[in-house]
Amino acid sequence: MAKEFELNDVEVWDGNYAASQALRQAQIDVVAAYPITPSTPIVEGYGAYVANGYVDGEFVMVESEHGAMSGCVGAAAAGGRVATATSSQGFALMAEVLYQASGMRLPIVMTVVNRALASPLNVRGDHSDMYLGRDSGWIQIDAFNAQEAYDLALCAFRIGEHKDVRLPVMMHQDGFTTSHKAQNVYPLKDSVAYKFVGDFVPVDDMLDFSRPVTHGAQTEEDWHYEHKAKQHKALMDSRTVIDDVFAEFKEITGREYKRVESYMMEDAEVALVLLGSSVETAVLAAKQLREEEGLKVGVVAPRCFRPFPYDLVREALDVPSLKSVCCLDKSAPGGAMGALFNEVSAAAYSTKARPMMTNYIYGLGGRDFAVDEAKRIMREQKAHADAGHITTDIQQFSGLRGPKLGFFKTRRD
Amino acid sequence: MSKGLEGNDNRGARELGAEEKVGWDQVTQGVVLHSFVGESENSAFLKPEEREYNDFNSYTATVASWRIVKPVYNRDICIDCQNCWVWCPDTSIISRDKQMLGIDYDHCKGCGVCVEVCPTNPKSLLMFGEAEETETALANWPEKKKKEK
Repeated sequence: MAKEFELNDVEVWDGNYAASQALRQAQIDVVAAYPITPSTPIVEGYGAYVANGYVDGEFVMVESEHGAMSGCVGAAAAGGRVATATSSQGFALMAEVLYQASGMRLPIVMTVVNRALASPLNVRGDHSDMYLGRDSGWIQIDAFNAQEAYDLALCAFRIGEHKDVRLPVMMHQDGFTTSHKAQNVYPLKDSVAYKFVGDFVPVDDMLDFSRPVTHGAQTEEDWHYEHKAKQHKALMDSRTVIDDVFAEFKEITGREYKRVESYMMEDAEVALVLLGSSVETAVLAAKQLREEEGLKVGVVAPRCFRPFPYDLVREALDVPSLKSVCCLDKSAPGGAMGALFNEVSAAAYSTKARPMMTNYIYGLGGRDFAVDEAKRIMREQKAHADAGHITTDIQQFSGLRGPKLGFFKTRRD
Repeated sequence: MSKGLEGNDNRGARELGAEEKVGWDQVTQGVVLHSFVGESENSAFLKPEEREYNDFNSYTATVASWRIVKPVYNRDICIDCQNCWVWCPDTSIISRDKQMLGIDYDHCKGCGVCVEVCPTNPKSLLMFGEAEETETALANWPEKKKKEK
């Protein structure tokens, strides 16, 4: 029996330690992991819990991230609660197996610490790895600080393992900015946390010898499409389960999460939409601009990246006063508008307000994104609103040295 | 055209791909395939023809059409050594209580391994064209070969 870990009401934890504590409290059957910066301390911390008797489950050291996710798929198909952690290149190496996990409907929890993808090699935080996972069929939840990394990791088990969902879940946090920044975190006691997560209930597990089952079948053109459609439906329908789990979490902790977080949007004329630790920067900038310059700025932050909260993003942007919205993507778009811009614009297109939509690429490879820059972008949105049209290129680059870079203008002829 | 050993045996009951094509709402979650209908705790202790195989188990599908040559079995020569049963890559040699009964023509691919490993003289299994009648094949069975010195 695992030992109880003595915790204070308030701990000073960074995001990595917070996530590893949540994994410990969930009493996972198998963790197969391969450490990589900046998520290494999650794996390291978990290994220490195992070594010191705080975990009953197995900790499997593997030869690569491909092996780590493969081990997770095998253990999950066998019928256990399973989790791992990774970042960046390790995430990319897992890519093939990520699709296996979701297609096989295995509720693996992966705490991802977001980091840039090479080349050039870079260990700092941006959202390249998170974006790489966006079509993989996983639920993707984004924590903006250490407390949320702890809370949402616990929620991730509940969501993914729910009988109507049965899908793997990524719980993202930003590399270094969140993962290595020590903050006050209010943890739950082990017993309370485990009660919230609940016992694992296996489905179609290979270790049920009374009902032998084949996992990982091949299907061609006559069956593949139906299976993918069923999987997509489960992912889309997980929205209500996520809402329910967040509501239950609020009941025991008082901390409220929504699939889309929305700040000061009630009377907003301009808004920023963004993800991750920059959300707190943008909210601070918006508050200051409201006080200092009377600018009516709001911030919208999809907490849930997948399933994409088309419904709640639209609701957040359906504000009659809203004129101009800027979506900020912290990932190199590779020859397109940013993904967040594309998806949020699609949701905004079916609002009555139909705000002007612009896109900034920012923060690549850990480039700093500070309050002043957030304010500058907000003022620029206000200029669009006053002019009645987009006064700049539609896609621009924040914090980039060299000649001004931008693409596409609104056609006004 | 039931080819199983017992009356209720559903071995090779359908052509591969002839299963009912259900919609997305009826396919199994996670593409899992259950081997048997319902609970089957003791299936390991049952003979194949006694197990209740699921419609999506390969046991119930026939792939006889994949084969262009087939092994024919000659009971009069066989010594029940079980070599073919051991070596067959598709578990298509049917043997019960160490007595060779014949070939599962629903799943045999005609690879010829059974003929290769048969130790008798002449062989108890020989390859013939798929269209060859069994009686004709047995009537034309070769004589015992003398050892060459």
